[in-house]
Amino acid sequence: MDSALFLNAVVAGLLLAGFYAAVAVGISISFGMLDVVNIAHPGFIILGSYVALMVHQWLGVDPIAISVVLSPLFFVLGMALYRVFYLAFERRGQESLRGLAFFFGILFITEVVLILIYGVDYQLVKTAYSETVWRLGEVGFPLRLLVPCVVSVVMVLGVQLFLNRTFFGRAVLAVSQDQLALRIMGVNPVKVKELAFALSIATAGVAGAFLIVIQPVQPSIGREFIGLAFAICVLGGLGSLYGTLVGAVILGVAESFTATYFGPSWAPAVSFGLLLLTLAFRPAGLFGR
Amino acid sequence: MDRSKRRWLSRAGALAVTVGLGVAVAQAQDIKIGCGMALTGGLAANGKAALISMEIWADDVNKKGGLLGRQVKLICYDDQTNPATIPGIYTKLLEVDKVDLVVSGYGTNLIAPAMPIVMQRGLMFMTLFGLDVNAKFKYDRYFQIMPAGPSPAFDWSRGFFDAAMSLSPKPTTVALVGADAEYPWAALAGAREHAKKLGLKVVYDKTYPPNTVDYSPIVRAIQATNPDLVFLASYPPDTAGMVRAANEVGLKTKMFGGGLVGTQFAAFKTQLGPLLNGVVNYEFWTPEVAGKLPFVSTFLVKYQARAAKEKVDPLGYYLPPYSYAMMEVVGQAVQGTKSLDQKKLAEYIHASEFDTVVGKVRFAKNGEWARGRVMSVQYGGIKSNDLSEFTKPGVNTILWPAEYKTGELKAPFDAFRK
Amino acid sequence: MSNRRFAITAFVVAIALIGASLAIENAYFFTAAYGVLVFVILATAWNILGGYTGYVNFGTPAFFAIGAYTTVFLYNAFQAPLIVDIVCGTAVAGLAGLAVGYLTLRLRGVFFAIATLALAVVMLTFVVNWEYVGGARGAYVITRGDAPFGFASWKHYLYVVIAVLATVAIVVARLLERSKIGRGLAAIRDDELAAECAGVPTLRLKLLSAATSCGLMGMAGTTYPYFYAYTEPLSIFSLSYAVNAIAMPMIGGMTSWVGPLIGALLLGTLQQLVQVTIASDLNLLITGLLLVLFVTLAPNGILGWFDAWKRRRKR
Repeated sequence: MDSALFLNAVVAGLLLAGFYAAVAVGISISFGMLDVVNIAHPGFIILGSYVALMVHQWLGVDPIAISVVLSPLFFVLGMALYRVFYLAFERRGQESLRGLAFFFGILFITEVVLILIYGVDYQLVKTAYSETVWRLGEVGFPLRLLVPCVVSVVMVLGVQLFLNRTFFGRAVLAVSQDQLALRIMGVNPVKVKELAFALSIATAGVAGAFLIVIQPVQPSIGREFIGLAFAICVLGGLGSLYGTLVGAVILGVAESFTATYFGPSWAPAVSFGLLLLTLAFRPAGLFGR
Repeated sequence: MDRSKRRWLSRAGALAVTVGLGVAVAQAQDIKIGCGMALTGGLAANGKAALISMEIWADDVNKKGGLLGRQVKLICYDDQTNPATIPGIYTKLLEVDKVDLVVSGYGTNLIAPAMPIVMQRGLMFMTLFGLDVNAKFKYDRYFQIMPAGPSPAFDWSRGFFDAAMSLSPKPTTVALVGADAEYPWAALAGAREHAKKLGLKVVYDKTYPPNTVDYSPIVRAIQATNPDLVFLASYPPDTAGMVRAANEVGLKTKMFGGGLVGTQFAAFKTQLGPLLNGVVNYEFWTPEVAGKLPFVSTFLVKYQARAAKEKVDPLGYYLPPYSYAMMEVVGQAVQGTKSLDQKKLAEYIHASEFDTVVGKVRFAKNGEWARGRVMSVQYGGIKSNDLSEFTKPGVNTILWPAEYKTGELKAPFDAFRK
Repeated sequence: MSNRRFAITAFVVAIALIGASLAIENAYFFTAAYGVLVFVILATAWNILGGYTGYVNFGTPAFFAIGAYTTVFLYNAFQAPLIVDIVCGTAVAGLAGLAVGYLTLRLRGVFFAIATLALAVVMLTFVVNWEYVGGARGAYVITRGDAPFGFASWKHYLYVVIAVLATVAIVVARLLERSKIGRGLAAIRDDELAAECAGVPTLRLKLLSAATSCGLMGMAGTTYPYFYAYTEPLSIFSLSYAVNAIAMPMIGGMTSWVGPLIGALLLGTLQQLVQVTIASDLNLLITGLLLVLFVTLAPNGILGWFDAWKRRRKR
């Protein structure tokens, strides 16, 4: 077996895993901890891609930097979205069926609006490091994968620290376990959920910038990431961010190997196939509660 | 109201009625030609240029009085480079807009889906740049303006393999790769035939789905087989992806290229710039052959003036002369048969030779050009992403056919990377 | 009205309408009507699992595609007649629905929904890699010559076929709705745990519901390759089918067979009009907006409005 091919496949998989973790962390929060099935999450990732593209075309600044600076915007958007979701569905106890349809509609609308504005052409952002490759022996580390991976891991670890070490973070963990107890302690669970959801959307915006640096983007590709994000969260175990990281690594490497040895046409089936298998045989995932 | 005012009003009224009637009559008498065209999506840059060229033709014809005394009107819908839209578009053209003639959109992938519809209605179908579409359908009213020649799939890659065999020592292995779509399939089928005839071992033969975005795994897998030659058949999005990936992975091979759609037009050349150095590809016209195909140069002057205004492909070396020629054939056939009867038009086109901006055009029995005119070119010496690099001779070495040849193939491909 | 009488009435009405409409001159009517009728079937089918049982299926395109690609396969292999295609397509899609249901319906409804999304992508990948049915390049079904049974054209023939299939779908839906099975499904929808405790065989009913729903979706796809002549994965798996299958019942009303029919006729006709007059992408935006609006503000759909109005009149 060709060692260069093998090593490069592993490395590419690991680098992609970093990015996948950024995609999945939002779902891990909204679905894993808040029990909100936000399948519109990839729509916000793509929205983040286009916002980064737009500002980059206007100011010429690095898209990842742009997305970090603009993340408060996505935070506010998340708050507004949760507010609507709560008032229309959660409060009435109808969140399962109609909530799903609601988010599906939102996903759809973001996709179509982006198509109407930008068309179906693929867009890519060329940064200063887009074509640079660091080589270590036979292995290549393309910077277009490495930089987003590093920033993504920092972001995910940051979120994990936030959830574990701060009062608010622990309130988020608590709200998924026992809302009544939280109320007794004087914390409004609805407010906590709203801010946590907003955080998940903010991560989506940043993940979008990663995406458009890694590969060309067009509005319809959001759907391919739904399965990916949910597969990672379910595989890793809902509610555990460490599980999300592990799930991302498994998925990233599996996809990379499939693409390299069987052909890229099978790669999408990997994430969804893994998801179906996990749901069928071990729905709690690896680290689930 | 006094008399003079009444007189003016009645005159204005009469004029309005006449104009209105005239417009209505003229519209009723317009010859409508319908098509789908890639105005958005992966082939949009080409599609828009082709449409402009067709509009120039319509203007030219209408200025001279139209066809059969009627004005010509083009009705074109955006097919978004998405084959799925084609059946709907042609159904709408035929049933709602009630067009008299149809021509195709641009590209093999966009021509094939229209074939069942035109065949069912027995329409004469003039098509723009599809590779060997008729092999599957064997339709006797199909015509192709791309000068691939009577065996299109095979002739498409003749230049590539001819140049390859000029290397010393001779290559022994070849990797074949392309998207899973109509055009690459036809092109790769032809390449496989060449490999068999020349005794080359095919060490890699896979396709990727059209919406692939990460090409590095593919290039790495190809590299692992250590091919002497890499033949790629791709459309603009994957052409860009594969060329970039080849650069990123540092593909080591003697010769890379073959059937890359996209490198023929301006936006692409400037987007990839020096990354194109060393790639061998097909072209139909470059500044190096301006002397041998002067009628094209004359047309390009007219085209480039209009293109600059509309902000489409400023060079126009690829589709525009041919989409103009395609309409010329249709127009001349209508004038020649003095009718819009699909059967008569088809028979006339099969039997005649046409004088167009791309020279004399004659069709073979299967609707392809009786004699092909594909050139095989190697890019080299491109120093920047500036358009000026491509407007004059210098960056293209024509390897094949002999009548246009300007130089020899330079190998290996990776030498251009250093 | 008993189920039997309903079935007879439905078919008589359908045949009368079909007969009358065949006289229409405008050829585009049949193209548009075919599209709308396909949605009638999809909406009715979706509602069996969605509205009656309470399980959201995002993977409508997967089952629709199974129907279409079964036809392609049978056409390539045996040049099979259309009726064989329809029966086989429905059966295969139904079995697929059963299989997916067995894997996931034992979990929470949310996981079922995600699994159906996953299934759509897995099916797409599978089809793209399967050369025999055309893969990503697509498959062609060329109908030459005259239409069978003396119809004016193949389009007329297929229009009649799809209209009959739509009637079948509605009758099946109504049959399920007004029966012991339907009451069991309603119990599951309202409170699955309580239903289980009350002795309702929830898993069996859910599986039946899934198989029927998915089978009918497959049935909707079986004539596609003939009608459009060109079948390729991206258009079959289009998001438009997924969204419309959900939007139409939600807008029309999910409690009975009337809702999906109303939703499909209204929304489908609107989409056809928009497609011919303005850009077709605007089409999708309108659908998405209507879905979100109805889901948020009018959860019971048009039928719900109608019921509320009736109730107000009684007072």
